Amino acid sequence: MKADRAGVLTGAHYLDGDFACGEGAMAAGCRFVAGYPITPSTEVVERIARRFPTMGGTFIQMEDELASMAAVVGASWTGTKSMTVTSGPGFSLMMENIGLGAMMETPCVVVDVQRGGPSTGLPTMVGQADMMQARWGSHGDYELIALCPQSPQEAFDLTIDAFNLSEIYRVPVLVMMDECVGHMTEKVVIPAAETIEIVPRKLTKKPVAEYLPYATNGNDIPEFARAGDGYRFHSTGLTHDERGYPVMSAECQKKCVTRLVDKIRENADKIARFDEEDTADADVVVVAYGITARVARMGMELAKKEGVKIGFIRPLVVWPFPEKRIRELATRVKAFVVPEINFGQVVLEVERCAAGRAATVSVPHAGGGVHDPADICNAILGAIK
Amino acid sequence: MSKTTERQQEEGLPGMDHPVAPFLRMDRMPHIWCSTCGIGIVLKCYATALQEAQVDPDKTSIVSGIGCTGRVAGYMKLDGFHTTHGRAIPFATGLKLGRPELFVTVFSGDGDLSGIGGNHLIHAARRNMDLLVILVNNFIYGMTGGQNAPTTPEMARSSTMPYGNFEPPFNIPHLVASCGASYVARWTCLHVRQLTKSMKEGIKRKGFRLIEVIAPCSTLYARLNKLGTGFDLMKFYHDNAEVRHDADTRDVAIKFQDSIICGKFVEEEKPTFLELMDAHYRKALGGRYVPMPAEGGMLREQD
Repeated sequence: MKADRAGVLTGAHYLDGDFACGEGAMAAGCRFVAGYPITPSTEVVERIARRFPTMGGTFIQMEDELASMAAVVGASWTGTKSMTVTSGPGFSLMMENIGLGAMMETPCVVVDVQRGGPSTGLPTMVGQADMMQARWGSHGDYELIALCPQSPQEAFDLTIDAFNLSEIYRVPVLVMMDECVGHMTEKVVIPAAETIEIVPRKLTKKPVAEYLPYATNGNDIPEFARAGDGYRFHSTGLTHDERGYPVMSAECQKKCVTRLVDKIRENADKIARFDEEDTADADVVVVAYGITARVARMGMELAKKEGVKIGFIRPLVVWPFPEKRIRELATRVKAFVVPEINFGQVVLEVERCAAGRAATVSVPHAGGGVHDPADICNAILGAIK
Repeated sequence: MSKTTERQQEEGLPGMDHPVAPFLRMDRMPHIWCSTCGIGIVLKCYATALQEAQVDPDKTSIVSGIGCTGRVAGYMKLDGFHTTHGRAIPFATGLKLGRPELFVTVFSGDGDLSGIGGNHLIHAARRNMDLLVILVNNFIYGMTGGQNAPTTPEMARSSTMPYGNFEPPFNIPHLVASCGASYVARWTCLHVRQLTKSMKEGIKRKGFRLIEVIAPCSTLYARLNKLGTGFDLMKFYHDNAEVRHDADTRDVAIKFQDSIICGKFVEEEKPTFLELMDAHYRKALGGRYVPMPAEGGMLREQD
């Protein structure tokens, strides 16, 4: 369906990434946000708190991030699209109920505007060191989706995509921004509501007597019933059967968790999204995301002057990882160079996919700033020696 | 009769002639609670209160955390959510705000609500959030094997206070009353009629309503403290419970094997979170204010 006009601020704006993310959520039809203030993400909820009462949305500032994430999962069970926004320390607290969201198969969106860590780290300065936490942060096996915008425009666009993906796959979807993108102000074009494609909550049409909340009927994704529509269903964070009833057995665990994992893994190619440039005859491929993708381009320009053939892969969806494409490229390039503002996280995934067929070079940065493009250039030059 | 109840009857499940069977998932019986555990009594009182108050079960949601009482959400034939440890209240807050027409009950234990969930308990009370909270207090962590709780009376033994508890416990009614709860009552599992009546009052009122129910845990609390069986604890309630409506909540703290003050302690008319929010935005924004619809903020295809 098309976006609800009330939430869409059509026009050309000069916005920072946080505001643009908030606008993306409202355009996507988000009408419930629970959050706890944390730098550098707070502007997202400030924007929403100001605009929500004019479009039938409710924002509540909860007592902590544990509560924020729990409230988001709860609200989503009413069919109301729901989101929370945080940064590293809050993201750690949210892991508990991100797991609940994954287990109950609850569509929702979590925005992490990454700052330097660990612990309180660098509250006002950039980091990209939550990427593996996004992948593995809650205990147990599950799969979810994480997107990485490189600009305020993409913060708007990808937040809409995050809501749509969460509806299609019934998972929490993470928008892994970084402080630079969050606080960078650029032109953001918000299109007319009629041109924004929205995936609505698809409610089951089954009669009450036939509905089982976790039956999939050969599909990957169970049909959704919302609280208050007479289905009187049960949902639990315990391992459960098709009725949503807890069953403590290895057999039920296998069935329940296999589906949670497979519904994303088996659709990974469909979900994967990346920009690709100049890979056809490349010797080196740079893989970068978020603000680092923009810095990497400068490093690549420097290296091109030295005559190196350089391709570029920029994952917009980092999880699930664009595994297939990296595997293909690994058979014909000499090396992958992976700059990121951490000590080497997504590079591990590139290395796994390259599987020794191409060299993998990490270009780490501790955080608090972005790479010097010369460092990326030197890594590229070093990779083909 | 609802369609789901018809389905249960067709399946020929035993116990379908029980008066509150339409409110229970009879296909999940027998339940997991120990013999002479008090939680089943509280659940029966709640189901009876729903029935007598003529609540629309289709618009009723129940949310539990983790623990013995946490299993209640799974046994009630309602939209039921068995959430993470301590997070029943914020989850329920999301449900209520996401679809304001729902009647939402939080049903959980003392450890879940006042231990790991203590921060949420006080803030929901402060906001006068529109939730009915049934807090079953058996003075101990039962599901995990009898560890000390924030409600364990001083000198009572638990598996992690093997020489007796030296920490002062919470006085639950005083805690939530001082934070702003608009209805606070306490009963024991023996006070079936009073508890049911109190639940009916709670159902009909708005805002943050909390009913603490003292319940026997014969397997752990009674055994570790050599108090006999669940029946002996019920006898103890009979001999030691004192009904004192409107008691000052400062005076209702529970000491080990001492009197248990019961009754309705707080009943106050004051605006709920949703009423405050609505009135405030109406005043601040006037005609620009668009409240969330009672049936929720789910957007539908517009024709």
